[in-house]
Amino acid sequence: MNPVNYLYLSALLFTIGATGVLIRRNAIVVFMCIELMLNACNLAFVTFSRMHGNLDGQVIAFFTMVVAAAEVVVGLAIIVSLFRSRHSASVDDASLMKL
Amino acid sequence: MENLIALLVAAPLLGAVVLLCGGRRLDAVGHWIGTALSSASFVIGVVLFTDLLGKNAEHRTLMQHLWTWVPVEGFQADVTFRLDQLSMTFVLLITGVGSLIHLYSVGYMEHDERRRRFFGYLNLFLAAMLILVLADNYLLLYVGWEGVGLASYLLIGFWQHKPSAATAAKKAFLVNRVGDMGLSIAIMLMFTTFGTFAFGPVLSHVGDASEGKLTGIALMLLLAACGKSAQVPLQSWLGDAMEGPTPVSALIHAATMVTAGVYLIVRSGAIFNAAPDAQLVVTVVGAVTLLFGAIVGCAKDDIKKALAGSTMSQIGYMVLAAGLGPIGYVFAIMHLVTHGFFKAGLFLGAGSVMHGMNDEVDMRKYGGLRKYMPVTFITFGLGYLAIIGFPGLSGFFSKDKIIEAAFAKGGTEGWILGGAALLGAAITAFYMTRVMLMTFFGEKRWQPDENGHEPHPHESPRTMTIPMIVLAFGSVFAGGIFGIGDRFLHWLEPITGHEEGNSPVSALTVTLATMVVLVVGVGIAWAQYGRRPVPAVAPRGSLLTRAARRDLLQDDFNHVVLVRGGEHLTRSLVYVDHTLVDGVVNGTAASMGGLSGRLRKLQNGYARSYAVSMFGGAAILVAATLLMRAV
Repeated sequence: MNPVNYLYLSALLFTIGATGVLIRRNAIVVFMCIELMLNACNLAFVTFSRMHGNLDGQVIAFFTMVVAAAEVVVGLAIIVSLFRSRHSASVDDASLMKL
Repeated sequence: MENLIALLVAAPLLGAVVLLCGGRRLDAVGHWIGTALSSASFVIGVVLFTDLLGKNAEHRTLMQHLWTWVPVEGFQADVTFRLDQLSMTFVLLITGVGSLIHLYSVGYMEHDERRRRFFGYLNLFLAAMLILVLADNYLLLYVGWEGVGLASYLLIGFWQHKPSAATAAKKAFLVNRVGDMGLSIAIMLMFTTFGTFAFGPVLSHVGDASEGKLTGIALMLLLAACGKSAQVPLQSWLGDAMEGPTPVSALIHAATMVTAGVYLIVRSGAIFNAAPDAQLVVTVVGAVTLLFGAIVGCAKDDIKKALAGSTMSQIGYMVLAAGLGPIGYVFAIMHLVTHGFFKAGLFLGAGSVMHGMNDEVDMRKYGGLRKYMPVTFITFGLGYLAIIGFPGLSGFFSKDKIIEAAFAKGGTEGWILGGAALLGAAITAFYMTRVMLMTFFGEKRWQPDENGHEPHPHESPRTMTIPMIVLAFGSVFAGGIFGIGDRFLHWLEPITGHEEGNSPVSALTVTLATMVVLVVGVGIAWAQYGRRPVPAVAPRGSLLTRAARRDLLQDDFNHVVLVRGGEHLTRSLVYVDHTLVDGVVNGTAASMGGLSGRLRKLQNGYARSYAVSMFGGAAILVAATLLMRAV
């Protein structure tokens, strides 16, 4: 099977994730969209690794997973505490940091 | 003998310090302290004078080095006094007339509670004036020059509760500043040209400098002289300076300080001799001023202002003579000395009249005073005869010589300058006769003032009449003593140098012409003010009369050209400052503020809009990378 198709899939997933980040308000959904974008990138890395015949891309995919795991821990904690204090998980409600 | 020179200055300086710092406990005796110290200075002057007379002409220059003021390599400024024939003449005039006027002021200022301070200022003036004439270098001369300016300011504004006096003092100070600038520039030029300020080295090395530079120095010195001596175009302050007490007008604004400019020109004679263009300007300034002052003097009804116009005119004669070079230097100084006598006498007479007339200065409210003030009448009359140049009196000898010297300049210039001097003599005869007739002759014209007090003219006390009598003697005899046998010429010649000009007209012709214009001037004045009664209210007068009453529009000229011009200049500068300079600064700040106000809107707190900018930025980066690769 032509590896380029994986790249198409990767691009499709990344786009879906990016669109979700930009248009959804629910913090959980935004968070999931970010995960989607990260994994789209992972897919692209792995595909390139396969296409070029070296392991660099796979190594980076592992790195990304580790970082994503750590990020999930921190991000979910923030979202939960935000929900507790404001009874809402909308990112637009948390807009106090402005001039 | 040299060691006495510093005492000349020290005595009045001590008086000034004691009187000004001594406080009220000296109020009772302050005026006598001042008079005594100024007389002490005069006595020392006489001692030095007899000493000089006993020496040969070549050995008559005494120097006293006091201390080195600025001991810097290549910049040597000494406090050294130089007493030679020229400064000796001035010392005797200043301390002699000064002491008489101190004595006069004892009576004149009797009812003034600030009399002690007045005498302190007078002593300060004497000290500064003596420094001016005794200085051996231009820098020390400048110290005296500024000192007399300060004393003049303080004394014009002595009655500072009168706004007119305060304004007049300020005006005199400001106008003098312009002249002082000239002197300081001249001194700086001198230093760059000759590397020193001392009279000896500067005046003996004049030949080393280029004529252009010398002309520059000479013109700056002339500017200084114009400021101090009230010559056109810096003449406007002298008329207003009459706001000061009358003894001040007599001492500072007639006899001594205003002649400092003539001293400066004569002292710097070597520079002027080497700069003929500058000399021409000096003569023109002198001729213009002598006519200017005389015309103003004709129209004034205020007795002191009429005399002030006359002072201006007589100093114009001296400046004219000084501008003629070696032909005229001696006669400039001779006229200066005789003028010191008769003009001081005339001012003291005017002060005596005012004293008896409740400080009225308007001559139209005098009339017939000769019956009430015989001593004042006679002394003033002798001063009057001296100033118009009545044969045998002081003014005759000195003024006649100047007119002769003006003709002797030669060529068309000689005819023009001589003609101006002759015309000036006619106008002098006219305005002085007018003053005389309006004050002492005719019917009495004074009226009770608004409080019903009618003035009771009376003769002034002894302290005032004695100085007037002494000065009247000077007015009568000084000219003869100086002029007959050319004594003054021989005395001053070693310092100033002298040349006989070759006049196209003989001395006798000049004298006769002077007599003719004198008679004409007196005759016209008599026809106008002696034959018919003088109206107590000034008639409207011709255009020229009205202009002359306004000092020939000098203040209007200054107002329109300098004050308005200055206002417009400053206003446009302020406008440029507000619009351009402030505009750039404020505009930058405002545009920065506006821009950041707009940029601030990006910080709206919405995470999603930050995400958009992040994606946008990333997209641009990717696009740019691809683009670069494609290129």
